[in-house]
Amino acid sequence: MNTIYILWLRQLKRYFRSKPRIIGSLGQPLLFLVALGYGFGPVFQKAGEGNYIEFLAPGIISMSILFTAMFSGIEVIWDRQFGFLKATLVAPVSRFEIMIGKTIGGATVAIFQGIVVLLISFIAGFRIYNTAYLLITFLFMFLVAFLFAALGMTIASVLEDFQGFQLISNFLIMPLFFLSGALFPITGLPKIIGFVAKVNPLSYGIDGIRNSLIGISNFGFFTDFTVLFLVIVVLTAIGSYLFSKIQI
Amino acid sequence: MENNNIIQVNNLTKEFDGLLAVDDISFNIKKGQIFAFLGPNGAGKTTTIKMLTTLLTPTSGKIVLNGYNPLEEKYEARRSFGIVFQDPSLDDELTAYENLEFHGVLYKVPKIIRKERIEQLLKFVELWDRRNDLVKHFSGGMKRRLEIARGFIHHPKILFLDEPTLGLDPQTRNHIWSYIKNLNKEENITVFFTTHYMEEADKSADEIAVIDHGEIVAKGTSEELKAETKTSSLEDAFLALTGSEIRDAEAGGIDQMRLRRRARNK
Repeated sequence: MNTIYILWLRQLKRYFRSKPRIIGSLGQPLLFLVALGYGFGPVFQKAGEGNYIEFLAPGIISMSILFTAMFSGIEVIWDRQFGFLKATLVAPVSRFEIMIGKTIGGATVAIFQGIVVLLISFIAGFRIYNTAYLLITFLFMFLVAFLFAALGMTIASVLEDFQGFQLISNFLIMPLFFLSGALFPITGLPKIIGFVAKVNPLSYGIDGIRNSLIGISNFGFFTDFTVLFLVIVVLTAIGSYLFSKIQI
Repeated sequence: MENNNIIQVNNLTKEFDGLLAVDDISFNIKKGQIFAFLGPNGAGKTTTIKMLTTLLTPTSGKIVLNGYNPLEEKYEARRSFGIVFQDPSLDDELTAYENLEFHGVLYKVPKIIRKERIEQLLKFVELWDRRNDLVKHFSGGMKRRLEIARGFIHHPKILFLDEPTLGLDPQTRNHIWSYIKNLNKEENITVFFTTHYMEEADKSADEIAVIDHGEIVAKGTSEELKAETKTSSLEDAFLALTGSEIRDAEAGGIDQMRLRRRARNK
């Protein structure tokens, strides 16, 4: 337990000490909210879908959680390159504990980021339907954050350096975001896009967050939760297996 | 333990894709000894240390570390040693104190003892005044001292030092060696180190093994090695044993990046 705590604490300290990173990572969600939100707002309205900012904000919150969580998972590559991982791996603690500690650390940072974006979206005109559901929002934020921090760790376990990073950014993180229902409703889409969006776990996270914030949903809380939970279990199993196989 | 060998290595071999990095080596190290493991770049020194410290699984052979088999009794074996790696392995974004705290927790040193121990170690390596500074502001020598302090956080029986003085000025090198010898004497810690500075091995080591192309080519005290090769200095003995041809350090992209980083940090 102490091991998990100290790994979590390290992750938080590193995050809150890099102020430029925090500020920098808020730029993108803000831009998306303003440009897309106000840009597509009128079209969205005319199509009879309602207020686009309201629809978009949960997607952008999820985006910032996705990015932050994935990056903090992938940070393991830094630890590996700059030797710190070695020092952790020769300590008498199980790899599973290390993996869980780092994942929870990355997830916490990502949730924080998500909450900041939620606050920003209030400025952009976003309003919550029912504040009583906020607890459910936080639950789904945690699930999304944990899932993608674990995914980042899993990927980082098999990468030796940052050569493959661009690949992952462009062929995994970006598609996860764009093909997820963050920006558009996933009903009535062309078949392939609709299919991809439905197998994308982020869609369920966004759906849960959106449902809890503005009461619009495709799958319902139960399906959202079940899908995310199962993916987390599978990913954590794969991730901790791969992490345990790291040889330096 | 029925004998006083704290490290026993028998027929240890490591193969990477058909390449023999370590080829059937055997040696014993007595408790309390300072043991130097010398060899040209790419000879298999670091690979051997990685196998001894549970980071790599040997292809074949047997290791006994403080009475434990590192493959089966991983945690007991890991608790037995501290290690200072060839390249820096601190978290630059944490302070000196936090780095030690982090490792103290990983090694399950109880809180009260941990506090005392960190203070004592930081004073010992003369970094107590800088304990709340981020490690990224430290010089190469300070980082090394901090790493040595970290290696001791859990009172290990064995200390592994992989080129602990690489890239440091003579003042810092002398300093670091006086810490190490001090600890060796006072706490009877067994020290296993590698170096390219022959005078360090000559001055400090009770016993020396020379490894080349993955095989141990000579073992003994500095005097014995000199006598065996009929040379007057350990450096000449080393060259006589390993030849004077320059080796390619078999470093991958990461190692080279680390070397560059280290050069920058100096």
